[in-house]
Amino acid sequence: MASITFREVEGSSLKYWMLFGGIGLFVLFGFLSYLYMHHHGHVVTGMDNQIVWGLPHVFAVFLIVAASGALNVASIASVFNKPMYKPLAPLSAILALALMLGGLLVLVLDLGRSDRLIVAMTHFNFKSMFTWNVFLYSGFFALVGIYLWTMLDRNVKAYSKAAGTAAFIWRLTLTTGTGSLFGFLVARELYGTSMLAPMFIIMSFAYGLAIYLMVLVAAYAWTGRPLGDAVMMRLKSLLAVFVAAVLYFVVVYHLTNLYFAKMGSVESFILRDGGIITTLFWVGQIVIGCVVPLVILLSGLGRQRSWIMIACALVILGGIAQMYVTIIGAQAYPLDMFPGMTMKSSFYDGVIHTYSPTMAELFLGLGGVAIALLVTTFAVKVLRLLPANLDDATVAKLEH
Amino acid sequence: MNDMKSMSDNTPSSPERRRFISAATVTAAGVTLAPGVMLIDVAHGRPEEQAASSAVRWGMLVDATKCASGCDECVSACSTENGWTPVAESAHPKQAPQWIRKLELQDPLTQAETNLPMMCQHCEEPPCVDVCPTGASFKRADGIVLVNRHTCIGCRYCMMACPYKARSLVHEPLNDTQKPDVPRGIGCVESCTFCVQKVDRGDGTTACVEACTASGHNALVFGDMNDPESEISKRLRELPTKQVRADLNLNLGVRYHGI
Repeated sequence: MASITFREVEGSSLKYWMLFGGIGLFVLFGFLSYLYMHHHGHVVTGMDNQIVWGLPHVFAVFLIVAASGALNVASIASVFNKPMYKPLAPLSAILALALMLGGLLVLVLDLGRSDRLIVAMTHFNFKSMFTWNVFLYSGFFALVGIYLWTMLDRNVKAYSKAAGTAAFIWRLTLTTGTGSLFGFLVARELYGTSMLAPMFIIMSFAYGLAIYLMVLVAAYAWTGRPLGDAVMMRLKSLLAVFVAAVLYFVVVYHLTNLYFAKMGSVESFILRDGGIITTLFWVGQIVIGCVVPLVILLSGLGRQRSWIMIACALVILGGIAQMYVTIIGAQAYPLDMFPGMTMKSSFYDGVIHTYSPTMAELFLGLGGVAIALLVTTFAVKVLRLLPANLDDATVAKLEH
Repeated sequence: MNDMKSMSDNTPSSPERRRFISAATVTAAGVTLAPGVMLIDVAHGRPEEQAASSAVRWGMLVDATKCASGCDECVSACSTENGWTPVAESAHPKQAPQWIRKLELQDPLTQAETNLPMMCQHCEEPPCVDVCPTGASFKRADGIVLVNRHTCIGCRYCMMACPYKARSLVHEPLNDTQKPDVPRGIGCVESCTFCVQKVDRGDGTTACVEACTASGHNALVFGDMNDPESEISKRLRELPTKQVRADLNLNLGVRYHGI
């Protein structure tokens, strides 16, 4: 097997620092949004006692789900022994860490008492899925960190497969935990199903790979390094399979719900009468997030790199729309305490809850995305994460 | 070790000595516990150092057939007792905490209307307690579900988990209407406490029940559901009652008649 040379990105050009500064600006906006929300309380957000988890959670959960998915490329290399993926693995691992960091920061900065983070780290209720997730997230940092170390340091290279396998099993458990944050909720019709855990896993595969592909192509294009079609074709076919699987899970989930009379009205809300939620479901999640990317990736368009990039961007946008529908949509539908009765109260019982996110929430969420990109941009400068050359000839040698 | 063994060997146990020790123990226990027991008997309260007891299960009966349309005496009384701003006075009604609210139900087929107050149902198996990451949501031994103001991090997972929409987040800095015995705080989640401060004082009732009784509706009864002689237990034996979302099998501390 031919060896691959990994090299840091030089990162001294004006373009690099402009990129770094541009992303840094969004990190700053995110931090200012946090200070504003923390100072005034959640009263300055669009969240209320009806929509208790808003746009920050949409971004946070998306980033956490995408983080575990971004690790997939590395897992294919070490767990499933595909030599072609080996040079792609270090970027996969650093992206996973960066996305996880971004997601977690948004999550904790949106707490009502984010100043009490230490309490969350010292008081545990082991019946809570949230508590389990605290350990799953910390373990993810540790295991992926060790895995990355085994990839970068020749002295510990022998442990790479073991570390990769551990990280792979951990990431599956982690996304099971993320899906179960919602799956373990008994109160709301659209939650409380074990379906959410595997559905979140397959979604993580798609979102993580879409982000990975975009970062990979951008990194190679902006540094002038050769990136051959062999890598791109392999990864875009994989993305098509993942997106199709997401669509399958979403269809089965809603079909099952539609079969039960008790779920009829909440399903009508999501699929037909929910206004913005319905639009986000059909246009965002289904058409933009699944159908169009599938058409692009499976047709002749998928042979062109720019179209693959468009498909990736659509998968990411569709993923954010999906999180919005999953998190906000389920809360927007009122709790059905008295089935078959209409309800009225001063506490907005029995009415569809509306939600208008404020700029603070948007920028807090975008701040998480920016943190992830900033960490990645910096990491490729200081660590040897990217192969100097990924043209078809180099990649072909790996397979023999 | 050997010394101890020889000592015990040299001290034959006498029946008289044993009897004396048991009598002394019983007397000492009696002297220690009696004031506490007396206090409970007299006032139904308990001293601060004494933990809540699982021998008691506080509960409430809501007779929806007596709950008057348009009356919100229970809501006002709760707001006054616990120091939360009435929603009508709030600048941000959608974000304002509501510990108790009046629900108006209507059957779309028969047009039959039902009125009832809705608040924390003080479940025996509370989903909010299950999901709370820090253990801030907890259930006392006597069945009252509370939020520890010191360890709530404001994650709102309990609000996602509660099937009764009983909980509110404090969205903005609080004004000075706070009551000394009802701690509240921005960024924390709160809900009906069954007026735990009154219960622990030995009032044996809650602000909403007092207000409902004072208004002459008598739709609410509060008491110990474990005590077969309490008024609530007697009424629960006579009246058919339901639990809201009984399908969830949470064993609620609030039972409704006439729904």
